Amino acid sequence: MIGKKDLEHIGWLARIELSDEDKEKYTPKLNSVLDYFSELDKAETEGVEPTYHVLPMSNVFREDVPTASLSQEEALSNAPKNQHGFIKAPRMM
Amino acid sequence: MYENPDGVMIGLEVHVQLNKLKTKVFCGCSTDYHNDPPNSHVCPVCLGLPGSLPVINRKAVEAAIKIGLALNCKVEEHTQFYRKNYYYPDLPKGFQITQYDFPISSGGYITIEGEDGELKVGITRAHMEEDPGRLVHEGTIDKSKYTLIDYNRSGMALIEIVSDPDMRSPKEARRYLDKLRNIVEYLDIFDGDLEGALRVDANISIMGGQRAEIKNISSHKGAERALLFEIVRQKNVLRRGGVVVQETRHFDEAREITISMRSKEEAHDYRYFPEPDLVPLKISGWAPAIKATLPELPDARRMRFVEQYGITDDHAKALTSELKLAIFYEDVAKKADPKMAAVWVCDVLKGELNYRDLTVDAFKKENMQKIIELLASKKITEDGAVDIIRTLLDKGGSPDEIVKEKGLLKVEGDIVATAAEEAIKENQQAVADFRAGKEKALNSLVGAVMKKTKGRADARTAREMLLEKLG
Amino acid sequence: MATINELRERIHADSSEEIVAEYLEKIEKSKLNAFITVSKESALLQAREIDSKGHEGPLAGIPIAIKDNISTKGIQTTCASKILTGYVPPYDAHVIEKLKAAGAIIIGKTNMDEFAMGSSTETSFYGPTLNPWDTKRVPGGSSGGSAAAVAGGEAPVSLGSDTGGSVRCPASFCGVVGLKPTYGVISRYGLISYANSLEQIGPFGSCVRDVATIFDVIAGHDPRDSTSVNREANYSSALKNDVKGMKIGIPQEYFGEGTDKNVERSVRDAINTLEGLGATTIDIKMPNTKYALSAYYVIAMSEASSNLARFDGMRYGLRTEDSDWHTTFSQVRAAGFGDEVKRRILLGTYALSAGYHDKYYLKALKIRTLIKQDFERAFADVDVLIAPTMPYPAFKIGEKIDDPISLFLSDVDTVPVNLAGVPSISVPCGFTNGLPIGMQIIGKHFDEASILRAAFAFEENTDFHTRQPEGS
Ligand SMILES: [Zn+2]
Repeated sequence: MIGKKDLEHIGWLARIELSDEDKEKYTPKLNSVLDYFSELDKAETEGVEPTYHVLPMSNVFREDVPTASLSQEEALSNAPKNQHGFIKAPRMM
Repeated sequence: MYENPDGVMIGLEVHVQLNKLKTKVFCGCSTDYHNDPPNSHVCPVCLGLPGSLPVINRKAVEAAIKIGLALNCKVEEHTQFYRKNYYYPDLPKGFQITQYDFPISSGGYITIEGEDGELKVGITRAHMEEDPGRLVHEGTIDKSKYTLIDYNRSGMALIEIVSDPDMRSPKEARRYLDKLRNIVEYLDIFDGDLEGALRVDANISIMGGQRAEIKNISSHKGAERALLFEIVRQKNVLRRGGVVVQETRHFDEAREITISMRSKEEAHDYRYFPEPDLVPLKISGWAPAIKATLPELPDARRMRFVEQYGITDDHAKALTSELKLAIFYEDVAKKADPKMAAVWVCDVLKGELNYRDLTVDAFKKENMQKIIELLASKKITEDGAVDIIRTLLDKGGSPDEIVKEKGLLKVEGDIVATAAEEAIKENQQAVADFRAGKEKALNSLVGAVMKKTKGRADARTAREMLLEKLG
Repeated sequence: MATINELRERIHADSSEEIVAEYLEKIEKSKLNAFITVSKESALLQAREIDSKGHEGPLAGIPIAIKDNISTKGIQTTCASKILTGYVPPYDAHVIEKLKAAGAIIIGKTNMDEFAMGSSTETSFYGPTLNPWDTKRVPGGSSGGSAAAVAGGEAPVSLGSDTGGSVRCPASFCGVVGLKPTYGVISRYGLISYANSLEQIGPFGSCVRDVATIFDVIAGHDPRDSTSVNREANYSSALKNDVKGMKIGIPQEYFGEGTDKNVERSVRDAINTLEGLGATTIDIKMPNTKYALSAYYVIAMSEASSNLARFDGMRYGLRTEDSDWHTTFSQVRAAGFGDEVKRRILLGTYALSAGYHDKYYLKALKIRTLIKQDFERAFADVDVLIAPTMPYPAFKIGEKIDDPISLFLSDVDTVPVNLAGVPSISVPCGFTNGLPIGMQIIGKHFDEASILRAAFAFEENTDFHTRQPEGS
């Protein structure tokens, strides 16, 4: 079961700011889903390999040949803030 | 035996950028961005646009295998990519595609010159990953009001080489970095002169305490300075009765200090999982094939130089410490006396280049051949040869022209003999002193001979001539 | 509802421009809210160009609607999220390139559950899409806009994406045909990921032939998607009104508790119809089906938590007031994502986090193996499996939105298909209280031909697909 502290930690890991109201609202819903997920524990999976890729593919490569890049204008066209061709982010600290 | 009085343990994580590839690791953007405006070498993939997907550059995998082999690692037959989930503005997808379980190579070593002789530094692993973008801060990272991002570098192929914590001093760390850089340059997959080509994170602890991770080190000199600072800092913490905490610190290159990055972000939980957009690599058979094509590496070349050219091990070591220098030497030695070439390249040319902050690219091998030829045939003096080298570096031209212009051709024996007779006649006091047992007085006579011949006499010949006449 | 063949004749007789204009007018007058963005100008321009210059492509002049999680160069692509409002991709998805080359005309971007997270199209930032059969009901989801557009006559064909049923569910609820291909058959390049190991783009149409026609255009290898397979196929040629000797498996677990009696009856009647046409049937057991929902949601949320990490307001999308980097990042996402998206990211983050990774994520992937094996065993004996697409017909707007579990449960019959990566098509097979019922025909990996053939034969011998909601 997720408590308020856990939810704060997960919110931080996921970088989603949660208001007190959000925490109140989400906690029971998240816990009901986790409760439902406990179904998983009933499955016998001893010795079963996980399936990461559903098709047995391997070794897909591209050759080292340049293809067209976007123009700087296209690259910046959706950036809310930019300056001198750079994308502008907030201060780090 | 090195005492390691502060119990220093250093492990390095070195990021080597495969900047000799033509394209980035997961997209077709050109790697040739160093002189171009920011964000002009990006595409949906390396800009992390929604919906874009990565595809692995085959050459990057081959380069990774080369590095693994050169570092004496075991290269795996099955490898795959993972997502490392963390957030930083230079990371356009909010995760980095890297390796976790099943890295492409692990368990190797390289040997360096340690504090007390040869030191074997273990290589924990060398794995593939993508480079983040480049951040520009106004002033310093802790004071800057905003952060500017250039994603041209984003998606460059990186090999992260993680060492065991085997180094015991900043000097050993620097030597390790020099050796590593030298090895990857020999593999022809990396140009160390390009900006951002090699970046280092250092883990350092003293006296068995907690380790600090220092990020943002961009050169071997920087590494040594950052580590020296960090040892002093940690010692001061201990002296004041404090405890060194495990943390990430940022190296401020300009101020030569490390800054704590302590914040909530310290609570890292990378939530690694296999990248669903990339399928696994099954590369059994690749390593043996690549091994067969691997070029001669520094240690092997050093041994060959000693054997093949009969030069000293010190010279061979110095010559092979840089790929360009080794190639230069070998080219010169093909057409000139190899032993003389070793002396003149190592002991003279290298110093003159260092003094001018130049690389060997600045000197033509034909010129070195010519100079050694002139020396070998005794047409110029050693002083003259040094003069030619300096003039070539400072003004250019050709050895023949410089010899002519400066009149550096060694003068004939009878001229030296005449000059010696004159010098004896004109410096009676010195002659008397010499005869009275003052050996040094001979030097002033040699000087007089050199002055009369405008330096074109060979000093040794002048000395012999004087002794003969005084005898 | 006009078919592609009917439109081709009309384009020939009149013009593509007239047809495109008719659809645009229909969209404009509609109350269904099936579209987020209508690309009126570019669609008309493209139609005029095709009319004047001609076009040899198989879809020359045919309008198509595109789910708003597929990147369209120059046309806003939002994933029905506030965080991507105003985002205009500078590139086309692989499927869009293919459609354009075939002469198709993109008339707009359709509504969906935010980031495809839902089964009702109620979580859209742009408000819910209404079901054309009963506007008090949901159209299904997450590709609700694409299905409603076809059912409501606002587009002849459309594209959706299916992560856990997101094409088949709305196809079923809206009474149209929808295909989820084998994983890897259609390039995902340009599809904005929700859960990338599970999802495929899929076409909607008013009949099986139209779906096969679109599928033929958009399927095929793309070197930009490492999971894209390289194999040639012509799906339209599989459309034969012949199921003689076809072995149909009936998975018992798909008719379980919670399945509406009328839905079950319609699907069993449909199977009888196919039997009457010469197919044979056999009951099949797929014992791990009961774990599919949990496994599916754990995997989907885990992948989503990482896939959606790129939405930080720097390179595109919503940006809030700047603070320090990490705080700004958290605030952008708090302001930009809706509740359901936030909950799924939080749960996915939890499922991958230190200490829980093995309990949730790894366990779910092991169950995925078991479910895949269920399908492999079944397909050793049969050619196709037939089951209800949804356990019940379209529910009322707001009926399930506050109860995540009951909403999850509606996906019980669709998610195993995505876990196994097999293809499945949903076709209309009946009605209950005026609402359409869909059945899904599931095939082996890469055997779209069999499911298309079964669907086509069924359609040729029934008339469910010809019924239309009032006003369409
Ligand atoms: Zn790129």
